[in-house]
Amino acid sequence: MKQTDDQVVFLEHKAKELRKTILTMIHTAQSGHPGGSLSAADIMATLYFEELNIRPDDPHWEDRDRFVLSKGHVCPVLYSCLAMRDFIPMEAIHTLRKEGSMLQGHPDMKRCPGVDISTGSLGQGLSTAVGMALAGKRDGKSYRVFSLVGDGESQEGQIWEAVQSAVKYRLDNLIIIVDNNGLQNDATCEEVMPLGDLAAKFSAFGCTVQSIDGHSIPQIRKAFATTRDDNKGKPHCIVAKTVKGKGVSFMEHVVAWHGTPPNDAQFAQAMVELEGGVR
Amino acid sequence: MKGLPTRDAYGKAIAVLGERHENVYVVDCDIGKSCKTIDFKQRFPEQYVNVGIAEQNGCGLAAGLATCGKIPFVTTYAVFGSMRMLEQIRQEVCYPNLNVKIACSHGGLTPANDGASHQGIEDLGIMRTIPNMTVVVPADYYSAYALVIAAGESHHGPLYIRFTRDATPFIYDETETFEIGKAKILSEGTDITIISNGDVLSFCIAAKDNLEQSGYSVRLLDMHTIKPLDVEAVMTSIRTTKGIVTVEDHTILNGLGSAVSDIVAQEGGCRVARIGIRDQFGESAPYERLLEKNGITVDEIVKQALRLIG
Repeated sequence: MKQTDDQVVFLEHKAKELRKTILTMIHTAQSGHPGGSLSAADIMATLYFEELNIRPDDPHWEDRDRFVLSKGHVCPVLYSCLAMRDFIPMEAIHTLRKEGSMLQGHPDMKRCPGVDISTGSLGQGLSTAVGMALAGKRDGKSYRVFSLVGDGESQEGQIWEAVQSAVKYRLDNLIIIVDNNGLQNDATCEEVMPLGDLAAKFSAFGCTVQSIDGHSIPQIRKAFATTRDDNKGKPHCIVAKTVKGKGVSFMEHVVAWHGTPPNDAQFAQAMVELEGGVR
Repeated sequence: MKGLPTRDAYGKAIAVLGERHENVYVVDCDIGKSCKTIDFKQRFPEQYVNVGIAEQNGCGLAAGLATCGKIPFVTTYAVFGSMRMLEQIRQEVCYPNLNVKIACSHGGLTPANDGASHQGIEDLGIMRTIPNMTVVVPADYYSAYALVIAAGESHHGPLYIRFTRDATPFIYDETETFEIGKAKILSEGTDITIISNGDVLSFCIAAKDNLEQSGYSVRLLDMHTIKPLDVEAVMTSIRTTKGIVTVEDHTILNGLGSAVSDIVAQEGGCRVARIGIRDQFGESAPYERLLEKNGITVDEIVKQALRLIG
């Protein structure tokens, strides 16, 4: 795929804006999950500003591509995408986790336009994505379903139940993206429960697997393009190697930033770093 | 007494729904044969999914289908439908209030020979606790048929419906109509109210006949929907009779007897005697023996009724 520098720069800029919005909303709320939101920002920027066929003015459009945030706790990155794409007003980001807000602590499809399914309990979202993809196949529709899954989340057995059903029903309209940041709530995945070779596991289940750098916009774009062109009856899996807390020096690779909000000084420093961080 | 398992009625009704509505789906979990979905599977393969022995995924997959306009009936046994996929029901079905039906055979003690592992005796209490969930327990073949059709055609949102493995006696005929959330009044009376549902309703009919022969007047309700409970029917019972006996094939905790008691505790006015499984597991044994061990018998219903009449 020919990658124009302009489009790469555009998406990198969007990823930077996403990261700033993520930290702004979590800092305002003084609650939320920055680490995994930041690790997914480049993937999410490429999805919401290029890959997904969606209509902000018609969030329930029945032919739209679906997105399922199976690792629902990183909803600040999703909400930032929805705000920047005008699904929701930008002012809403200041209401994260507040009473009456459309931006619940975990995504709520009944409250927030653009959320295709409520998630938050790990291991469950991917099954719903399989259901959406199966409905699309049965109805002869051309939409696709993308689901972002955590690596720690893959410790849940239901993830593998979902994968086997996607393989059985030949759902090549399903794209599973694993945010492989290597950390989870308590410690590293390696310490808590080693995942082994995730790419090999998804491959053994029958998926078409690509392993990429989840912070390289060109690699993310190329991976999505490959899934678009490959309709051979196998679900797609993209194992994206990422860095938890990516973009903020003191958050990167640090377990503690899984679910801790920055204080005022940390927030200020993070915003300075991100502002200078345009590649 | 002649009868049929209510799971047979499910099999017939779900195929009728499949024929009438191309968005009605069955999501099986490898026990379609036992749950009577095979006719549906053969006639409507494009509306059929079998996830294998993976109930949690079956429930989540159904939720995804529902977001795309399908009406999936996730089909399994009561134990698995209410417990193995409980959190999936809570998170992906009830919380987003999706139009997913959980259809479960082998409810209560009717899979008698299978033993405790397969006897779903806590399902109704568990399901009743979840916001947005409707809970339905048909008593016989004809009511089960009618209530499955109603679940698919006139009810929107999460619904749990429980069937029996073994035959239950016919109580109604095919002309009877049922409304989800509205108790069926089988008889009016002034001395005692008996409220029941499911396979043990037939015992209550026998107990009513027995009491009437002794000169008592019995109000008998088929509370086929325990959530939302027909509060008005319970209130009328409180006002017009001297007590309420509840009878259920379910643990005494959190089921029909508890639902009725919730209303009585709030409103006052009469006493309640609850007959059901006495907070203990079943075992492999004849169905009647299992019921006897829990006092779910005609004699016990009569005894408790007389005690409340005083």
